Amino acid sequence: MSEDKNTREPMFSAKIVKILTRPFNLENPITVQVLGICSALAVTVQMKPAIVMALSVTVVTAFSNLIISTLRNTIPSRIRIIVQLVVVAALVIIVDQVLKAYVYDVSKKLSVFVGLIITNCILMGRLEAFAMAQKPWPSFVDGIGNGIGYGLILITVGFFRELLGSGKIFGIDVVPQFLYDAGYVSNGLMILPPMALITIGVIIWLQRSKNRELIDKS
Amino acid sequence: MHSNKYIFIYSVVMVLIVAVALTVVAIQLKPAQENNIRIEKMQNILTSVNIVTTPKDAETIYKKVIISNLVTDSKGTEISGVDAFSVDLAAEMKKPEADRKYPVYLARLDNGDTCFVFQLRGKGLWGPIWGYISLRSDMNSISGVMFDHKSETPGLGAEISTPAFMGQFKEKQIFDAQGNFTSVQVMKGGAPEGDVHAVDAISGGTITSKGVEHMIHDCLLGYEAFIKKHNSTKP
Repeated sequence: MSEDKNTREPMFSAKIVKILTRPFNLENPITVQVLGICSALAVTVQMKPAIVMALSVTVVTAFSNLIISTLRNTIPSRIRIIVQLVVVAALVIIVDQVLKAYVYDVSKKLSVFVGLIITNCILMGRLEAFAMAQKPWPSFVDGIGNGIGYGLILITVGFFRELLGSGKIFGIDVVPQFLYDAGYVSNGLMILPPMALITIGVIIWLQRSKNRELIDKS
Repeated sequence: MHSNKYIFIYSVVMVLIVAVALTVVAIQLKPAQENNIRIEKMQNILTSVNIVTTPKDAETIYKKVIISNLVTDSKGTEISGVDAFSVDLAAEMKKPEADRKYPVYLARLDNGDTCFVFQLRGKGLWGPIWGYISLRSDMNSISGVMFDHKSETPGLGAEISTPAFMGQFKEKQIFDAQGNFTSVQVMKGGAPEGDVHAVDAISGGTITSKGVEHMIHDCLLGYEAFIKKHNSTKP
């Protein structure tokens, strides 16, 4: 276990803030690590499901990181992947049940994708790479950071798809009627998954043109 | 390195804790979830008589519009003492035809019309499909339908639950001029213009479309005796 031997750190030291904010941009799970793409394509037709999905993933990454990090010294290394899966699966089921009870219409839209959070590569990636070797608090923050990093992309994609695809934001019409009268038509293609991939592609392009260090050398 | 004994005990304890936690959560949330399912059923029934509701107002509108419900068997005899709302058609369809209980809902619309709502249940490509169909008081023309599905392909079979597909069924007829039961065909390649017994299938969703056709035919066949009994304008 490569663990920091530092004595007590303040709750929000510069290091913690860095752990939190790194996944927003330079280590973004979707655009840089290219993890969790499938759900990003599926649940971004509208803003509301995108936000609920982002919240769900944030909760699951944060708490699975926290639990695994707390248990990290007791987990037998031979069954560590199984232990991680059990923790993640239990959290996902709890999230799914809560969504079914309180936001039923959204949970129907998300359908299998809540269950598929279990297989979201972001989770296992963070558990293996971070939580197994770090203290609970940084792991928890890392989970929140990655969840938000994932959510930022989801919400951005959802915003453009809902705006251009159905002329709405949160289900409220935002494109004024005179534009429709003048011949503007919502682009039905935006509702389909391929345009989500293209939207993510555009985001990756913009991000790399701003951050030259992300561009592959080859 | 941990011993095998440690690993066994570790996994057993972990699984027990997780099982207890999940059970507690499931039991705690069950009432809220069941209420959501109940309200969704009300919304589905109201959709089939062309009333759009939100989860918030569904219960009030349902109580206003659905004036009564009853349960009938395949011979058209009413079965008393059973609440139609609690009949699980999926389970009924597995029974032999003579034992089946079919729920019927009676809706009074704002314009004074009465509609009969019948429940449907069938098979799609990947899983069950279900819905409601409402007939006008002539017991022949369809006032509206509502379809939903568990796991049909998005963009293809899943299109059966879109207003565009469901809207086609309005004003179609289930009996021909001689009073024979014809149901409504879902036709690949498009229904002929003006055919009151057919609608267009979904391109790329043929099996689901056929599933809808069979569902309407098979379920309404069970209701046929009831429908004929209440058909005041029988030829």
